[in-house]
Amino acid sequence: MDIHVNGEKRELSNDIQTIYDLLNHYKLADKKIIVELNADIVDSSQHIETLIQDGDRVELVHFVGGG
Amino acid sequence: MEGGHQKLERYSRQILFEGIGEEGQRKLQTKHVLIVGAGALGTGNAEVLTRSGVGRITIVDRDYVERSNLQRQQLYTERDAIDRIPKAIAAQKRLREINPTVEVNGKIVDVTVEEIDQLVSDVDLVIDATDNFDIRFLINDSAQKHRIPWIYGGCVSSYGLSFTIIPGETPCLNCLLETIPLGGATCDTVGVISPAVQMVVAYQTVEAMKILVEDFESVRWKLVSFDLWNNEQSAIDVSGLKKKDCPSCGESPSYPYLSYENQTKTAVLCGRNTVQIRPPKKVDRDLHVLVTQLEKQGGNIEQNPFLVTYHYEDRRVVFFKDGRVLIHGMKDIVEAKKIYHQLLG
Ligand SMILES: [Zn+2]
Repeated sequence: MDIHVNGEKRELSNDIQTIYDLLNHYKLADKKIIVELNADIVDSSQHIETLIQDGDRVELVHFVGGG
Repeated sequence: MEGGHQKLERYSRQILFEGIGEEGQRKLQTKHVLIVGAGALGTGNAEVLTRSGVGRITIVDRDYVERSNLQRQQLYTERDAIDRIPKAIAAQKRLREINPTVEVNGKIVDVTVEEIDQLVSDVDLVIDATDNFDIRFLINDSAQKHRIPWIYGGCVSSYGLSFTIIPGETPCLNCLLETIPLGGATCDTVGVISPAVQMVVAYQTVEAMKILVEDFESVRWKLVSFDLWNNEQSAIDVSGLKKKDCPSCGESPSYPYLSYENQTKTAVLCGRNTVQIRPPKKVDRDLHVLVTQLEKQGGNIEQNPFLVTYHYEDRRVVFFKDGRVLIHGMKDIVEAKKIYHQLLG
């Protein structure tokens, strides 16, 4: 499956089916994160059930403390 | 002070820029900015704003310069690290050299509930250059209470992000995060590269300029992030996340982080393998008396006008005038408190 993550085209294994899988793949599942799927924010309670599909555009912004 | 002609020369390129112009430049010179933290983001922000001719800059920090800072904390030199100069002092000195027409004040302060309101109340803008979310939630509440805009910035490894929070307009940090994030990547475990710092600084300072020249139309409303090493960037419209019942910015705010119960006196510092202990009440420690006291216990003592460093066995303990003590080489708060009481009785 090909999707765009933060503007870059990424080829993902077909095991990745949901937003939650994607966050795990990027090791972001335990982070404070805002997820946008095709220009709509996906509430964190919906990450597990929200499916991603070929051609989707996902934006992931996680919060970090360093400075 | 510089005469009008010299002033125009110093800021000529910025005045030629149509977003600022002469009027914008005049506005900049009437404004007061608080920068919380004088680490990587703090020194970067402070240098840009000082060069740009903001009227007054207050920069606060609780720490002193160490060699591991020099790779990215742009106002400091080898000498500052050797002498363990407090960052607020070293930054103030360098910023005044860069632009003597700006009123720069460096303050050695560990910002907590006690300090935040006083610091925030008379500024036009707050720049977040801190390294932890405890203090960001404090800034968030205080900025809402005083209706002052503030600009969040964070970075780690080659990643960074920023968001501008304008009371009454945008969601606040509490709307976006709901709770203070625990743990997560900090500066010691994955490191950070200077370009990531500079990118966040660019995002923060350009928003600062827009706000200070009162061009609110041009403010970036989106949450931006980037990963410079992996060539990623992102901008998300988060305006829908503003919550009417937010305890910090909602219709009947309680500013939960400004209550004394929510604050910690002892903290493990980010990436430092260091425990900081604050006395329950603020003290004005007489460093000479302290040195006399420490001399009786043996060990090696170093001193500058701002702090005393005490080496004992394999430990390094640093005492500040405001009563704070940093115990290096440990993350165990209980053990640190034991040493603190051993040394100070
Ligand atoms: Zn809020």
